[in-house]
Amino acid sequence: MTIVNHNEKIDTVNVVIDGIEMEVPKGTLVIRAAEQIGIEIPRFCDHPLLTPVAACRACLIEIDGVPKPQPACAQVLSEGMNVRTQRSSEMARIAQEGVMEFLLVNHPLDCPVCDKGGECPLQNQAMTVGRPDSRFEGEKRTFPKPINVNAEILLDRERCVSCARCTRFAEEIAGDASLELLERGAQQQVGTANDEPFDSYFSGNVVQICPVGALTSASYRFRSRPFDLVSVPTTCEHCASGCSLRTDYRRGTVTRRLAWDDPEVNEDWSCDKGRFAFAYLANGRIESPLIRENGELRSASWPEAMHFAAAGLAAAGTSAVLVGGRATVEDAYAYSKFARIVLGTDNLDFRARASSTEEAEFLAAHVAGRKLDVTYTDIETASQVLLIGFEPEDESPILFLRLRKGVKRGVSVHTVGPLYSLGSEKLSAHWVKAKAGSEAHAISGLDSEIVGALDSNSIIFVGERAAASPGALSAVSRLGSQTGARIAWVPRRAGERGALDAGAIAGLLPGGRPISDPTARSEVAQAWNIDADSLPNVGLTGTELVTAIKQGSTSALVIAGVDPSDLPNGDELIAGIENADFVVALENHHSEITQRASVVFPVAVVTEKSGSFMNWEGRSKPFSAAFREALTLTDAGVLSMLASAMNVQLNGDTRALRKELNSLVPWSGPRTDVNNHEVHAPAGTTLATWRLLIDSGVMQEGEPHLAATARPSVVAVSAAMFEQLGKPEVITVTGPKGSITLPTQVAEVSNESVWLPMNSPESHIYAQLGCGYGQAVTVKGGAA
Amino acid sequence: MKLTPVITEHWDDPELYTLDGYKSHGGYEALAKALTSDPDSIIATVKDSGLRGRGGAGFPTGLKWSFVPQNDGKPHYLVVNADESEPGACKDIPIMMANPHALLEGVIISSFAIRANHAFIYIRGEVPAAIRKVAFAVKQAREAGLIGKNIQGSGFDLEVTVHAGAGAYICGEETALLDSLEGYRGQPRLKPPFPAVAGLYASPTVINNVETIANIPYIIDRGVDWFRQFGTEKSPGFKVFAVSGHVQRPGIYEAPLGITMRELLDFAGGMRPGAELKFWLPGGSSVPMLTADHLDLPLTYEAMVEAGSMLGTGTPMIFDQTVSVVKAVTRWLEFYKHESCGKCTPCREGTYWITGVLEKFEHGNGTTGEMETLTTLCGQIAGRSFCALGDAAATPYPAAIKYFSDEFTAATHTSADEQFDPVASYVFSGVRA
Repeated sequence: MTIVNHNEKIDTVNVVIDGIEMEVPKGTLVIRAAEQIGIEIPRFCDHPLLTPVAACRACLIEIDGVPKPQPACAQVLSEGMNVRTQRSSEMARIAQEGVMEFLLVNHPLDCPVCDKGGECPLQNQAMTVGRPDSRFEGEKRTFPKPINVNAEILLDRERCVSCARCTRFAEEIAGDASLELLERGAQQQVGTANDEPFDSYFSGNVVQICPVGALTSASYRFRSRPFDLVSVPTTCEHCASGCSLRTDYRRGTVTRRLAWDDPEVNEDWSCDKGRFAFAYLANGRIESPLIRENGELRSASWPEAMHFAAAGLAAAGTSAVLVGGRATVEDAYAYSKFARIVLGTDNLDFRARASSTEEAEFLAAHVAGRKLDVTYTDIETASQVLLIGFEPEDESPILFLRLRKGVKRGVSVHTVGPLYSLGSEKLSAHWVKAKAGSEAHAISGLDSEIVGALDSNSIIFVGERAAASPGALSAVSRLGSQTGARIAWVPRRAGERGALDAGAIAGLLPGGRPISDPTARSEVAQAWNIDADSLPNVGLTGTELVTAIKQGSTSALVIAGVDPSDLPNGDELIAGIENADFVVALENHHSEITQRASVVFPVAVVTEKSGSFMNWEGRSKPFSAAFREALTLTDAGVLSMLASAMNVQLNGDTRALRKELNSLVPWSGPRTDVNNHEVHAPAGTTLATWRLLIDSGVMQEGEPHLAATARPSVVAVSAAMFEQLGKPEVITVTGPKGSITLPTQVAEVSNESVWLPMNSPESHIYAQLGCGYGQAVTVKGGAA
Repeated sequence: MKLTPVITEHWDDPELYTLDGYKSHGGYEALAKALTSDPDSIIATVKDSGLRGRGGAGFPTGLKWSFVPQNDGKPHYLVVNADESEPGACKDIPIMMANPHALLEGVIISSFAIRANHAFIYIRGEVPAAIRKVAFAVKQAREAGLIGKNIQGSGFDLEVTVHAGAGAYICGEETALLDSLEGYRGQPRLKPPFPAVAGLYASPTVINNVETIANIPYIIDRGVDWFRQFGTEKSPGFKVFAVSGHVQRPGIYEAPLGITMRELLDFAGGMRPGAELKFWLPGGSSVPMLTADHLDLPLTYEAMVEAGSMLGTGTPMIFDQTVSVVKAVTRWLEFYKHESCGKCTPCREGTYWITGVLEKFEHGNGTTGEMETLTTLCGQIAGRSFCALGDAAATPYPAAIKYFSDEFTAATHTSADEQFDPVASYVFSGVRA
């Protein structure tokens, strides 16, 4: 038989499970088919995203005509198969009961103090299919416990039931195969080679998939009982992957976060940053509005601060709005509206990082208002994948996992850049070597074999770093139109993609509408209920905007979610803020900006508000507040009040904003092509750098165990450069502002570039070197 | 029935292990014959001979070979399972030490038949003497052009790798052996896919026991009719029986399948003076024990199953009245507990539990309730474990309780050593002052 699904014919087989007739796709496992009709077969080693091992034997079932019970997790259904689970087969019931009794032989009875107690598959299944008591009277085997498998993950070997979910996850999904089963028999245990730490960005997943309390996290261990927690779904705010997570809290405090099942996006996984970096939500928050009086910030009531801010903004001259990557789609949209309607300016940017005019053109031409052009699922069946200025393992870890899945299915990956990373290795990627800053040359000079194989089923992933490599984005644009390969832009921060579609950048109104286009203007004006003529003309973005702020040609600033140390010209921005007539900061933690602002409004963090993030696919990922009792206001809420104080009505309600933005369907009018930008890679050695996933980012503060899993700060150079420098143990890299000295790591690096982490301990490149990606640096062996 | 030395025929020649020694007795004549024939016809001959695997399971060899897909574009491999580790089994190691070229000639012919250009001999690591002998044979064969490129002008290429295991019983399980050979920790693989389809390096692979492969040159040389004159319809051929235990002359006796234990016992000089047979196992500790009542049964695959046991490796272990069944079973379970790979729950936890209970019995501290527990625990392992190791571990106790339940009952108050003086069972027991 066949059934038709999405116009695709699927071969099926007819089977019977516990007397229920079913038609299932060929290749379906017994355990999956049984789930579909609500029959729960006990299991430990089984996980739908891992290959079956049939090791725990908890899922034994009877098949008519087969003398021995068979594992449901590995048994493929075939035509006419008659399966009997524990519900209708005494053989299956006894077999399962026996396995359950065995599993408890060496399992400690420490449920009352175990983190897993209350949500433990072993506990639950022992109650449902196990014997009422154990006949085992011997001594249980013991191990010293707990031991660290890495700084964040602890292992209690006594509780382990050897299901091998963690080791299979490490090998099959993360590609970090250092977690293994060691020893034999009852001494079998999870461990790592030579007791080296389990080095993985995805290590927290093993805690979540562990069916017992063997793997626990340092951050949650002994913190709570699961039944005391309130669980709410959320969207991860750490990057543009858009993972569905679950936030668990108790008495107003987040105790842990877990990956939520989202087959279209993160499947069942999350990275360690998404899982463990949440201490910032509670720590060091700004608690009340602040206004500057006699040069000092002091607490103020909301009305006082509002009137102060409104008066200040009204009195100042030309203004600008900078909104960083933490904003939700709705908040970014509110900033977009606030700038155009209340402040009457188009001086606006969401890119609190290295950016370029070329990038703005690229985003307008290829990204803004285009939703789900390329999806996670597309990766699995892509013919070729090209990575340009993009390090998925660090910059979009869940996309990295999907790429690995694709690679396992035969997708070939090419990476264009100065460093062949560990991540590239795990993707078996082909390296197109490029000096940092000269990616454009590498793209134009791509092997005809690679270019020839690019088609509409190929994907070009461009990272935000490409903006720092002159000509790279226009070269990508040309390559795309030449080959038909689809282009996907992957920013690093969660809010960027949404802010782009919300029009939080000069020159673009919501939905990718060019502000210079009369039709676009009138569409937006209608939705905003204003006169199209009142919309401002094209303003400044990026570097030019920061320069304008510094030079004082814009004298008032509304700024949110921006850390000057993320900007190549952060010093200019600070100088500009110091010079500006009036600066309004909306922030949840103090920063270089709030210390210099005229007025500071505290705003809600993700647990306190509802909203949505748009991930790199252009997929909207809405979430609601975890703490409904939170009294904080969203950015949009503050802007709405501020507008009101300035006599403009601006709806600050998240839902209304989302509805309004959705009504502005993506722009279907003409788009401007990307200009052919000049390529000018500096001579000499250039700086290659990006942010490691676990680094000194402010949203990772307060979680020392996570920080301890970070990759070490090193200077990576090629073997040739290492030789040339005289094989030094440490290397000093010097830029216009100063130097960084770090331990040497010889790696696959372009001979003309040197790599160091962008914002890791002892390596903050903008602050210390004063230059960025692709710019000239000098390199010397030894300390400065 | 008479002894029929074939593989063991010339073991009295101290030079048999050398290429010249082997050739002086007609060695490598079968290879010359094979290389000029059609590989499929060799498979057919082996199929017709009815040769069954000598590693314990008795699977028909020719049938196993015929499962290998042909013209599939993938490399094929022959892997010889020489990881002989079964308690009581000692036949493959003597074959490799005395007559390694018979194995090697079998390897070349078998590889030719299944179109393998690389064969591996995975030898138990604890027997360096056997590893050295086989490695030496491979070296001599390579120098003589019997291994390598274009063997004897046939156009057939074959590389042979001798690989030493690292001391794990589980690596005698064929798929665990493949994992170990590939450099992984040896644990059995999930089937399907079966090795014939995706075995070593995910390519079609045939895994055969040493003795099985050593049979091949003789079958090819002397023919199916010659082979089938020995043994029975379902168990044709001859078998290298390794008799151990309380007999006068423990050792290797090659005889047709279907010979009885009583006849083999006679060849082995019978029991020790004044001793009587208490129990025996036809082929290693993994098969259920039998008693004197079964001495006249033919040693064939089918008759042993009918008697509630198995032929296994065909290496009978003989125990006389001085032996405590409780103690013997405990030792075996300690072995299985030590060797359980840990992959599946029933074997890993079951052997741990059962061993602990058996040790109580050994010390006279068992209870009658625990006898019942042991029976159910064995039932919870048998047929539920991942591989045959678990089944094997669940074998000794139920068989022992079938014939010797009184001894276990006695072990609820009297230790094994008090019931049976351990010294009396030693070979040198008479030496005691």
